[in-house]
Amino acid sequence: MENYNSSNIKTLEFDALIIGGGGSGMRTSLELAKSGLKTAVVSKVFPTRSHTVSAQGGITCAIASADPNDDWRWHMYDTVKGSDYIGDQDAIEYMCSEGPKAVFELEHMGLPFSRFDNGRIYQRPFGGQSKDFGKGGQAARTCAAADRTGHALLHTLYQNNIKEGSNFLNEWFAVDLVLNQSKEVTGVIAFSIESGEVAYLKSQATVMATGGAGRIYSSTTNALINTGDGLGMALRAGFPAQDMEMWQFHPTGIYGAGSLVTEGCRGEGGYLVNAEGERFMERYAPNAKDLAGRDVVARSMVLEILEGRGCGENKDHVFLKLDHLGADVLNAKLPGICELSRTFAGVDPIYNPIPVVPTCHYMMGGTPTNIHGQAYKQSNGADEIISGLFSVGEAACVSVHGANRLGGNSLLDLVVFGRAAGIHIQEALKTGGGVADAGRDDIDQALDGLNRINSSTEGFEVAEVKRELQSVMQNYFGVFRRGDFMEKGVSALNEIREKISNLHLQDKSMAFNTSRVEALELQNLFEVAEATAIASFQRTESRGAHARDDYKERDDKNWLCHSLYDPIQKTLSKRDVNFEPAQVDTFEPKVRTY
Amino acid sequence: MIDVNIYRYNPETDKFPYTQTYSIKKPEKDIMLLELLNILKEQDSSISYRRSCREGVCGSDGMNINGKNGLACITPISQAIKKNKIELRPLPGLPVIRDLVVDMTEFYAQYDKIKPFLQNETEPPAQERLQTPEDRDKLDGLYECILCACCSTSCPSFWWNPDKFVGPAALLQAYRFIADSRDTKTAERLEGLSDPFSVYRCHGIMNCVNVCPKDLNPNHAIGEIKSMLLSNKKKENIIVSDGTS
Repeated sequence: MENYNSSNIKTLEFDALIIGGGGSGMRTSLELAKSGLKTAVVSKVFPTRSHTVSAQGGITCAIASADPNDDWRWHMYDTVKGSDYIGDQDAIEYMCSEGPKAVFELEHMGLPFSRFDNGRIYQRPFGGQSKDFGKGGQAARTCAAADRTGHALLHTLYQNNIKEGSNFLNEWFAVDLVLNQSKEVTGVIAFSIESGEVAYLKSQATVMATGGAGRIYSSTTNALINTGDGLGMALRAGFPAQDMEMWQFHPTGIYGAGSLVTEGCRGEGGYLVNAEGERFMERYAPNAKDLAGRDVVARSMVLEILEGRGCGENKDHVFLKLDHLGADVLNAKLPGICELSRTFAGVDPIYNPIPVVPTCHYMMGGTPTNIHGQAYKQSNGADEIISGLFSVGEAACVSVHGANRLGGNSLLDLVVFGRAAGIHIQEALKTGGGVADAGRDDIDQALDGLNRINSSTEGFEVAEVKRELQSVMQNYFGVFRRGDFMEKGVSALNEIREKISNLHLQDKSMAFNTSRVEALELQNLFEVAEATAIASFQRTESRGAHARDDYKERDDKNWLCHSLYDPIQKTLSKRDVNFEPAQVDTFEPKVRTY
Repeated sequence: MIDVNIYRYNPETDKFPYTQTYSIKKPEKDIMLLELLNILKEQDSSISYRRSCREGVCGSDGMNINGKNGLACITPISQAIKKNKIELRPLPGLPVIRDLVVDMTEFYAQYDKIKPFLQNETEPPAQERLQTPEDRDKLDGLYECILCACCSTSCPSFWWNPDKFVGPAALLQAYRFIADSRDTKTAERLEGLSDPFSVYRCHGIMNCVNVCPKDLNPNHAIGEIKSMLLSNKKKENIIVSDGTS
């Protein structure tokens, strides 16, 4: 194949470019569509195929429907506690206080929320929720459209983007960031999957809305497309990633298949049992029981299994019991779960419990940003904004989830910060903010990765290397971690890097060549996996989702901070957590129990 | 051993499409068809198909399985194997880009045409618009559509007039907004569908109902639209469907 360079590819120019057509990307684009700026959403799949579609239980927000006295400050308290105190309190405050506005907007756009008898939006209890700063018992704060909230949200956003005339480059794959000589981001190299045509998409603002990367693990609730493309691009460009050791394992992935079973099942009254039929969460979290934080529930499940009380022939899972709720409740509130369970577990939850196991679900880490979505790097220990680069949603680490995300907070994160980034970009570009042009050499350099994979004549098979990568992550960086194992994992990854640089793309064709996409996705997965491994190995404490057998306690003296991974030096540094909300007093770190 | 016959076409190298047979040991476990395709793709990386969620909610992997449209990710191979064979073809009636990947432009254009977004001219309240649970129930069986196109591409009327007949998928969504108590454009929506083609080319063949992987019933929605067009029936009279017709 002929090499691409700056003179044989075309340039498409935009004011703002959004990479990713999921919830956060389409909320950003919706804001920008009304602005008159020339904007495009670049999505590797048709937007309604994005992973937001799989979100089930709901969007957590203090809209005071289930409880007229509900207060966003209580939601903030829960989120700070859930984060194990390394969520940024200014960002959490912004999300929880702006949340109701963003949720009502979604309703006005047409999102088919379930309803209470009084006609208001239905809210269900979710894990880690409380009233009155933890003193008033369980809250019901998660707004739901049955158990298909993500589907309803994603389709509503797409529909409103149609209404506002947003511009989509569907089934285009972004390969790498283009940087100018001042290391500002000036757009991306991308290609149309359908035709294979390569272009430089030039932009004053490039928003990474590329979602998570759960596919670094062999067992995940994530879609096949969740390969961390935006984060991979940012890491290759030398930009840092924050809190990459923090991966959420969802307590209830369907055993074997990995498909998600919403926490809403437990919110509606379902509970977990071990092989002895015991509701074991009563022992681990006497107050919240099955609605403790996800990290707590996932660890309790693994301990039950390790201690021999797992279910099934291999004693390697537990059961989620729902049958006592009755067919009416299940059909009305959890119809999607019933469907998934019948298809993927061969079990009808109306009669029998669902076999479940903790499964990789969510990346709390990502590109560090402020509440406007502006990406950060650090120089000499001080934060510095990366001109031209933004990140929103799961790809970003703003950070509202810290060391452990609460259920229902990810959909809220998408719409609140997608909206905020859109507002900021509009204002910034209208007042003359922007970036200098990239030169020919800069563009050529950004084409290097694509040219390399296209010119490969031999090397390693993508599917094989991917399996190897996933099994290293699964074995060494799972729910429980240990220094000596992780050290082995890090060195295994070193060997895999060699293979990643020498992948063989056998099929060089242009039209809808999915094996080219898969090879490039694997390179992104690797960057994310390496960041995860190094950050996990070096954070020598247990906090939130990061649980170490060799450092069992939380260590606030040394680690009440974000970790910042530098992809060039492959080192980890520390970054301060924000403890300065504007409207409320700081929530001071406390021992975290449920 | 089973034979998986896959429709192959690469516009760069093939003048005509052809069927390629992959003989493969029958997996011991009853895996989904998508997983079987993923195994085949490891042997022949040139096979092209769309996939994303792998759990039947994103609508990427609609294809024609033994002559019937469905989603590969929620079709167990035990259901797909007939006489030790599986026939996989792209969704019928749309241009083929490559192998099992079709050009869905016309399908999406019909979706855009029905204005698939809530229209309400009144100023929204500071909070949400209220909706009774009974009114909300009217959206069940409608909003869950995943735009996989299994229904529209199984519909002979859509094959003949993909540019003029809206097709079952988009008509289901047209009705989703007509049925929504919060939408105030019922009359305009019905007016937009009143020509001889948009709705009336549906002849109740029922292929749509037969193939929908989400068990939705576009035929029922189309029937409701037709009867509203004929009787000027008001939105208040819409009753909740039990999904059967």
